[in-house]
Amino acid sequence: MPAPIRLRELIRTIRTARTQAEEREMIQKECAAIRSSFREEDNTYRCRNVAKLLYMHMLGYPAHFGQLECLKLIASQKFTDKRIGYLGAMLLLDERQDVHLLMTNCIKNDLNHSTQYVQGLALCTLGCMGSSEMCRDLAGEVEKLLKTSNSYLRKKAALCAVHVIRKVPELMEMFLPATKNLLSEKNHGVLHTSVVLLTEMCERSPDMLAHFRKLVPQLVRILKNLIMSGYSPEHDVSGISDPFLQVRILRLLRILGKGDDDSSEAMNDILAQVATNTETSKNVGNAILYETVLTIMDIKSESGLRVLAINILGRFLLNNDKNIRYVALTSLLKTVQTDHNAVQRHRSTIVDCLKDLDVSIKRRAMELSFALVNGNNIRGMMKELLYFLDSCDPEFKADCASGVFLAAEKYAPSKRWHIDTIMRVLTTAGSYVRDDSVPNLIQLITNSVEMHAYTVQRLYKALLDDISQQPLVQVASWCIGEYGDLLVSGQCEEEEPIQVTEDEVLDVLEGLLVSNLSTPVTRGYALTAIMKLSTRFTSVNRIKKVVSIYGSSIDVELQQRAVEYNALFKKYDHMRPALLERMPIMEKTASNGPTEIVQTNGETEPSVVEAKHPPPVTQPTNQANDLLDLLGGNDVVPVIQNTVSTKPASAGGELLDLLGDLSLSGGTSPAPAPSVPTSQPSFFLDGLTSQPLFNDIAAAGIPPMTAYNKNGLKIDFTFERANPNPNIAVITIHASNSTEADMTDFVFQAAVPKTFQLQLLSPSSNVVPALNQGTVTQVIRVLNPQKQQLRMRIKLTYTHKGSAVQDLAEVNNFPPQSWQ
Amino acid sequence: MTRLLKIVSCSSLRFFLQMRFLLLFSRQGKLRLQKWFTPLTDREKKKVIRDMMMLVLARPARSCNFLQWRDLKIVYKRYASLYFCAGLEDHDNELLALEVLHRYVELLDKYFGNVCELDIIFNFEKAYFILDEFLMEGEILETSKVAVGVSLEEADTLQETMEEYMSKPAY
Repeated sequence: MPAPIRLRELIRTIRTARTQAEEREMIQKECAAIRSSFREEDNTYRCRNVAKLLYMHMLGYPAHFGQLECLKLIASQKFTDKRIGYLGAMLLLDERQDVHLLMTNCIKNDLNHSTQYVQGLALCTLGCMGSSEMCRDLAGEVEKLLKTSNSYLRKKAALCAVHVIRKVPELMEMFLPATKNLLSEKNHGVLHTSVVLLTEMCERSPDMLAHFRKLVPQLVRILKNLIMSGYSPEHDVSGISDPFLQVRILRLLRILGKGDDDSSEAMNDILAQVATNTETSKNVGNAILYETVLTIMDIKSESGLRVLAINILGRFLLNNDKNIRYVALTSLLKTVQTDHNAVQRHRSTIVDCLKDLDVSIKRRAMELSFALVNGNNIRGMMKELLYFLDSCDPEFKADCASGVFLAAEKYAPSKRWHIDTIMRVLTTAGSYVRDDSVPNLIQLITNSVEMHAYTVQRLYKALLDDISQQPLVQVASWCIGEYGDLLVSGQCEEEEPIQVTEDEVLDVLEGLLVSNLSTPVTRGYALTAIMKLSTRFTSVNRIKKVVSIYGSSIDVELQQRAVEYNALFKKYDHMRPALLERMPIMEKTASNGPTEIVQTNGETEPSVVEAKHPPPVTQPTNQANDLLDLLGGNDVVPVIQNTVSTKPASAGGELLDLLGDLSLSGGTSPAPAPSVPTSQPSFFLDGLTSQPLFNDIAAAGIPPMTAYNKNGLKIDFTFERANPNPNIAVITIHASNSTEADMTDFVFQAAVPKTFQLQLLSPSSNVVPALNQGTVTQVIRVLNPQKQQLRMRIKLTYTHKGSAVQDLAEVNNFPPQSWQ
Repeated sequence: MTRLLKIVSCSSLRFFLQMRFLLLFSRQGKLRLQKWFTPLTDREKKKVIRDMMMLVLARPARSCNFLQWRDLKIVYKRYASLYFCAGLEDHDNELLALEVLHRYVELLDKYFGNVCELDIIFNFEKAYFILDEFLMEGEILETSKVAVGVSLEEADTLQETMEEYMSKPAY
């Protein structure tokens, strides 16, 4: 049997292969030869064969049949065999194979070998792939070697101990005695590995941490010696003495000083010294500075030191070396929460990094920029960020857009600015915004009442330019549907109004319906928008036609909508105005999208996935918006069955102004609502109205109160909490009349301060019968998001004994539970 | 069954490991050395190698030497035709990692004398021996270049000559 070819020969041969197939053939041939050689138990060439196998393994070929052979090599007396055997074990074996346990005995023997290099091999292998069982069995040997005076073995034992602790943390205690004088070593290898071992123990056990705190002075001394010592050729790197050890010590100091005043104080000086004296011309110096900065930020350092650290990071930002800029941005991102003001000082440099060519740096700079945005710098920062959004790679656009929206929502200086910013994002990165941005934006736009005309105009113009970006198109369609009347009326305060006819608007919306660029969701938006315009535009016939066409659309979603809208035109035409009226202000929930306070109409929410059926019964609450939306922002165009529509709400002002300005149109009495069975006025009834919409549950014991009691008219308030929103208080007024004459044409109005929103539902009747024979009840819903103290001003008008009576009163005695 | 659980719990206990892996590969995507400091399956290792090659080889010439991959920081540096690529935990010092890579190259250079990729190809086992005198468990074992060189020399002398090898008993 010829001798197996040598390793280098094989490597040379394999490298001559010109194709993958050729290589595979050579390898298979050689593997076969090696296998038969293994079978023959050939001691002489086992080493050579395993070495060749390891090479082929690196090329990606299977080599598991060599695992046992590695074990045989390890057991051999020959150093050459052991070296290759242990290497093979590290490359081919790990704790998942049962076979690895067979090594334990060999390793144990080798740990006690007379030659330190054999011991070293054993320690190295154990520390590389030792499983928990092996570690348990051999920890004692490792501990013994940790106490030896041979520094070559000691340093290896230290890192092997680290491995043992990582695998079997319970064994940590065992190594404690051996750590006693580890730091008094002179040998840098032992020092370094000792510091690593100590670090590992401190990180894993708070008790150990407390125990090792006493080492701080010693560590400080060692570090000081390193810095002050002269040139040591053995450990020098670009003029700095053993930077690896310096960094490791700094890291251990960080762990020991964290949260501990005394330790932190003990290291203040040395940290300042390192921070100011380290040479920064090369990467190695900056590596030490970086570690120093991280340490300063983590321990309880004095403020001067912290400022020094942030300034170092600021200087890093200006460094020519990209790596250093990247590292600075990463660290600043970590510290921006705790040392916000200090980081703010470097804002302009950070913003400049947005223009860096390097992708990693750009990403860090973007994240950091968003973290730095606040109320003072929002305008400037947003300009830069929007510019970045325009020009950045697509991989950044989604995150940047989300960040812009968040920042704008938190710090927008004005509504107009907010809407302009959103428009800018939608038009430049409209296809990258997240799905939930659409409902969020719609809510924002709805709530910015005074900007409706401006918003719809801008969105319309944007649509004319480009209908490919779906989120933009969806928001635009929704707005045109809601505020189309403002669009064609040609009124716009904020900018030059455009002249648009109803037909032009409908052309655009119909264009969206037929365009290939529109997704089904967008089409749904467009169809609904067209439908809404039927109550705002005059060209109803055209709309009817469009809607009926889509009644036979292939898209099931569109078809259902069209069919339902058709039904609205035919059978339920009397409900159409109410259903399609303006959306009220939506209140923001903590979680996701907008929810409506009250579903005043059956109109679906902007989330277009479901098509809601319009409710079969008119909500009597449509009348709710009639008289008294005294607060700004709710320009509901109210529609009341059979009654005159009232004027739009006045802007919310101070309590005093509201009721003064308001002039009731005398004839506006709501159509008689189905009368509620009158109940005996009683303090303890929890006056739930018959309104089917409100799932109010009686709040546990909010005591009722008397709000007004004069001239025989008494008004009591009873309270519930609305479910699910705890910010809404539901107050039911009970008006009773103790005089001998009825009070007719009774109207109750209320106003609340600006921070609240109020909604008054229709009263049970407008006659308060005499002699307490019945009460008029009416429900008020108050939204109190800021949990401020509730105050209310009420105005009462009625006719009594032929004369009109009017009275104003303030109600301040609300029980705390009603608004807390 | 028990062993499987042990392994899972061990891998979730990796607190503050310094370096997770070290890879050397050529511009053509050929692996020249792989050192793993955590236990991974063969499949996982292959995935990491593939991803690293893909990410690092695609980087433009003058980029910074760091990139983010999953929850790890990747530090890489090119020396002639070889890429040295290390995966670090998130809190590690990348700048120092560059120095670690550089030190390894210096050690190789001292041992082989003007090291080039071919040296590492034909003497891959020696590249591992050198690495194992420098790093263990992802941490630096010895900070002195001289000390590492001395250990390697002495260990090499222990390797038997052919006659010695033949004449020595096996077990």
